Amino acid sequence: MDDTLNISGLSDDEEHLTSSQVLQQLEEIWMNERLSPNLMVCRSDITDCILEQIQEMEENISKAQKNELKVSLHQLEVDRIRYMLSSYLRCRLEKIEKYASSLIKEAADGDQSRLSPEEYTFARELTSGVEAHLMSSALRLMPKNLQSLNLQEYAPSLDRYVFLRVNSPEEGVIVDEETDQNNGDKIDFEVGAQHIMRYKPIEHFVESGVVSLL
Amino acid sequence: MFGEKALELIRELHRNREGTLAPYNEDGVRQVLEEMQALYEANQQDVSQLVQNESDQTSLTAVQIRHDSLQRNKRCLLAYLYNRLQKIRELRWEFGSVLPANVRSNMSPKEMEWFSKYNRTLANYMRSLGNGGLDLTQDMQPPQNVHIEVRCVEDRGELELDDGSKILLKKNSMHFLPRSQCEHLIRQGVLKQVT
Repeated sequence: MDDTLNISGLSDDEEHLTSSQVLQQLEEIWMNERLSPNLMVCRSDITDCILEQIQEMEENISKAQKNELKVSLHQLEVDRIRYMLSSYLRCRLEKIEKYASSLIKEAADGDQSRLSPEEYTFARELTSGVEAHLMSSALRLMPKNLQSLNLQEYAPSLDRYVFLRVNSPEEGVIVDEETDQNNGDKIDFEVGAQHIMRYKPIEHFVESGVVSLL
Repeated sequence: MFGEKALELIRELHRNREGTLAPYNEDGVRQVLEEMQALYEANQQDVSQLVQNESDQTSLTAVQIRHDSLQRNKRCLLAYLYNRLQKIRELRWEFGSVLPANVRSNMSPKEMEWFSKYNRTLANYMRSLGNGGLDLTQDMQPPQNVHIEVRCVEDRGELELDDGSKILLKKNSMHFLPRSQCEHLIRQGVLKQVT
């Protein structure tokens, strides 16, 4: 029984990752998502895997004997993982609600979409609801030339500064594209080093896992 | 002064206490819209005069000021409406799909409409997660223990737990319950966590 209940005992053959590695990845994307000003690319591979495991573990727990110390410890572990997952998805939803229009536009422009199909549906339904409400409550009653509404202007600011830690080395990172490139505003990332930088130039490093946000 | 009434709406938002929703100021919204209509008509008149008599440009400044006031009114009005929606959304996450009566009575019919649509959208999304769906409004706090000690604040009758056993929620009674089963009751204020 011990093995079937133990989260690290479950392995995920498809991706050749152990459960604890997946959990670690969840922790990583959870931290990054909570700290980045922009919505990160959706990782449904991780979330789906975790969800499946939570369900499996819950089934195991319900089959197991009650009032046993081991069971309650496993229950707590499941609760913690579920909290992390929920918190991650909630954080995404908050950002999606805030920037729904600009995210939809980005998806329509053919850029790599940050939204999962479900999140895309959510964003679309949400904006149409907000637009309909603003339209019927106020805009429709305004003079004709003022009835336009542009929610897409509402995009996250990528100029915010973030704390980051380097996971794998990277040389010649451009700190600021706008300034003169010969002026030596390039830095080298060393493993374990911590920096405070503007989010925009390092966004793709966060996505690729070269750095993590702190 | 133009824009005064719109500013009053914004102030109202600002005064709103946490966890509550101020009554929808239908009158204020109507007055702003009326002011906009009046400004718009005044501008139309001046503009047609300007077009007719190109040598006389004295009313140009007035047109510009009115135009700016119109933009400002629009922005304030939209901010008022939008921020109320945000507030309602916050309350949805706090109280669940059925809002308390004192909040509902302060919403405009159109806000009710938006709210039920938002509920549907959110429910659809949460159902689409995994096989059986995942309720994201649960697990708002990081869990400390599987069971927590709670005191009942009001009479609530019987509560059936997941394992089939029933307990009686009587005022001032103390219970030791699985956290997942009473989280929503704590948020509704029926139970209080004893630490």
